[in-house]
Amino acid sequence: MTIPNKKLFALCLVVLALLFMAQFVLSNYLVLALTRILILAIFAMGYNMLMGYTGLLSLGHAMFFAAGLYAAGLANYYGGVSLPIAFVIGILGGGVLAFVIGLLALRTQTVSFMIVTLMFAQVAYLLTLYFSNVTGGDQGLTLPTASRSFSLFGLAVDLTSPMVRFNIALTLFAVVLIGLFAVTQGPLGRLFVAVRENINRTEMLGFDTYRIRLLAFTISGAISGLAGALYGLMFGFIGSSFAEFRSSIEVLLFTLVGGPGTLLGPLVGTGVMTMLIDRLSGMTSAYLIVVGVLLIVINLWFPKGILGTIRDRWVPWLK
Amino acid sequence: MNRSSKDILLPRRGFLNGLLAGGALLAAPGIVGRAQAQAGDAIRLGAPFHRTGIGASYGRWYERTATAALKIINEQGGINGLPVQMIVEDDGTDPKRGVEVMEKFAAEHKVDAVFGHLFSHVVAATAPRAGELKMPYFLCSETHALAAGKFNRYCFQPSITDVKSQINSMGGWITSNLGKKVTLIYPDYAFGYDHRDNMTAAVEAQGGKIVASIAIPPSETSFTRYLPRIPFDTEVIYHVMVGPAVLTFVKELGEHLGTKRPEIFGFIDSLEGVQMDIPQLSFLEGTYFWEAMPRYAQPDQTEFDKFYRNAVGVDATGASATDPKDISTYSHMFSAWETLFAIKKAMEISGYKGPAQKIDMLEAMEGITGFEASNEFPQGDKVFNGKTHQAFAHQNVSKFGGGKLEVVHTTTIEESFYPDETDYTQMSF
Repeated sequence: MTIPNKKLFALCLVVLALLFMAQFVLSNYLVLALTRILILAIFAMGYNMLMGYTGLLSLGHAMFFAAGLYAAGLANYYGGVSLPIAFVIGILGGGVLAFVIGLLALRTQTVSFMIVTLMFAQVAYLLTLYFSNVTGGDQGLTLPTASRSFSLFGLAVDLTSPMVRFNIALTLFAVVLIGLFAVTQGPLGRLFVAVRENINRTEMLGFDTYRIRLLAFTISGAISGLAGALYGLMFGFIGSSFAEFRSSIEVLLFTLVGGPGTLLGPLVGTGVMTMLIDRLSGMTSAYLIVVGVLLIVINLWFPKGILGTIRDRWVPWLK
Repeated sequence: MNRSSKDILLPRRGFLNGLLAGGALLAAPGIVGRAQAQAGDAIRLGAPFHRTGIGASYGRWYERTATAALKIINEQGGINGLPVQMIVEDDGTDPKRGVEVMEKFAAEHKVDAVFGHLFSHVVAATAPRAGELKMPYFLCSETHALAAGKFNRYCFQPSITDVKSQINSMGGWITSNLGKKVTLIYPDYAFGYDHRDNMTAAVEAQGGKIVASIAIPPSETSFTRYLPRIPFDTEVIYHVMVGPAVLTFVKELGEHLGTKRPEIFGFIDSLEGVQMDIPQLSFLEGTYFWEAMPRYAQPDQTEFDKFYRNAVGVDATGASATDPKDISTYSHMFSAWETLFAIKKAMEISGYKGPAQKIDMLEAMEGITGFEASNEFPQGDKVFNGKTHQAFAHQNVSKFGGGKLEVVHTTTIEESFYPDETDYTQMSF
């Protein structure tokens, strides 16, 4: 079996190695911050799968993140399901919801698609409020203390340990990164890009573009669900604020800043945005204005995101 | 890009250099910023206030109140001879960000305790992480989740009473003085459900009856289609609408009911930070509100309230002493003040000098049985339940008239009691 785009694959391995080493070098707080960044980067990678590679701009991805969050969290909270199984339920929750929503939403394109995904996401958000006797609504549910540890293949895993949390997040990030490398750099990825570049031509070549887009949508939703499940179980809280429109916009920004259509762009975008907000909020209460101005400037100088611009100008294999 | 815009804009190389330098500057405190966190030279308290987001009007006043309290504590010699520092972070009234700043306080600022969270969804998200990080976490929130046993042994609410005891203590007064047939109007989400469930139980316990229960979706901007659902035999309307549409709600309620209206009782949460003597609220003249601490200085104002108002910079109408349009969140913000003095008391009992005595300090807090009304506790005396980590206090019923609120009834502390639902002292640290 040959590995396509070996340079990018090597870069991914280097990035993973650096991330692994980071826990021994960085301060305690940065390790905690990096843990969160890795989880949100998984969400952004799922989003990038759809927006960056397939060219479908969804404004409703918070619903898939929340689907994973609620599916995993509620299974644990009410069913007492162990964390690994709840996690798998979370991924399925995101994937199944994406498949169903995709069946309907993908009948539309461009602006209509954005509006339809936004509409479904608002419905999902309001449902979390409406069924608040189950979901906890806006006040959310705190997962039981017993759910802060679990046993996997006889190994006791303590979710309160910063190192354990970091390495779980890193492992799942690595799995998703390598998985998406295989998808995006292979034949399937070329099909996604073909749909993005010229959907009519792809159709003329004999491909069923509806199925291709549905597959991309479902994979994207499942990865977003994975991130949501991981976040909910890792931090022991599920609440409707994660289903808000703001979450959909955040993941869009992470992807835009890092570089849509680049494998590592979501990690860069999530890292830059998270640390910017983290640092600036300690300096001024007007940090969102500063972040907004920076976004405008970045958009001006890096219209294709940081890694997207680097790819276009200097490193063509960075895709 | 044309020539002129190119001249105006930052050169790309300059921007990149600036970005790198700025990035390094921003990241540096996280990598090397340990110098500020030396244990033993001061007591550091993390204050995650709602500077932005939907809780911003509260957060602004919580910060002012806590700053004023801290000034007094330090003027009095600090705590156990150590100066007290407050490190403020904005949580954006966002649960996700709430967790992040808790981690920042624990791992970067290395504070001794965290206090000041208000909105219950932010608290619910942050409390588990506080327990995992073994960070003493003092809430100023009203959430019942703490006393219900949902959190952990590191969480305390030593000043403001929770919403369950607030409502419980009002039920008897409403049914005895206003009427027994009550219509509830509340926002259709968890905050509203808390009021619906607790008020239903409180009214029924007093022999009253809920004749209608009207939930209004949070996105609603007009209420006219809900108001006809108020039954004609309603004796009391109980309302807890919050958010920017409150003024519209009051106006439309007035237009719907006209002059022959039933009695009306609300929670001041609806109008915290809102000027009362405005035409839009004139319909509420003669109606009643719950207040934890009366916004308007009362004829029998205590010396403690005078001292507190003066220190925070609030005038007798509850507005900023320097800007009469800047209305305080007076019925809630005292909790930031009192919580600081509660922390001080627990630290003094345990001889706290640093994190080595953290458990001693928490056990000292659990051993406290209450606080006397004083400059430190200007809202009034309190009973503190060490098992549930929750304080209980007097509650006030105020009547709105002449553009201001006048207290007509103050409950006993005992009226706010309910049976314990948990015992945190049985939980390990």
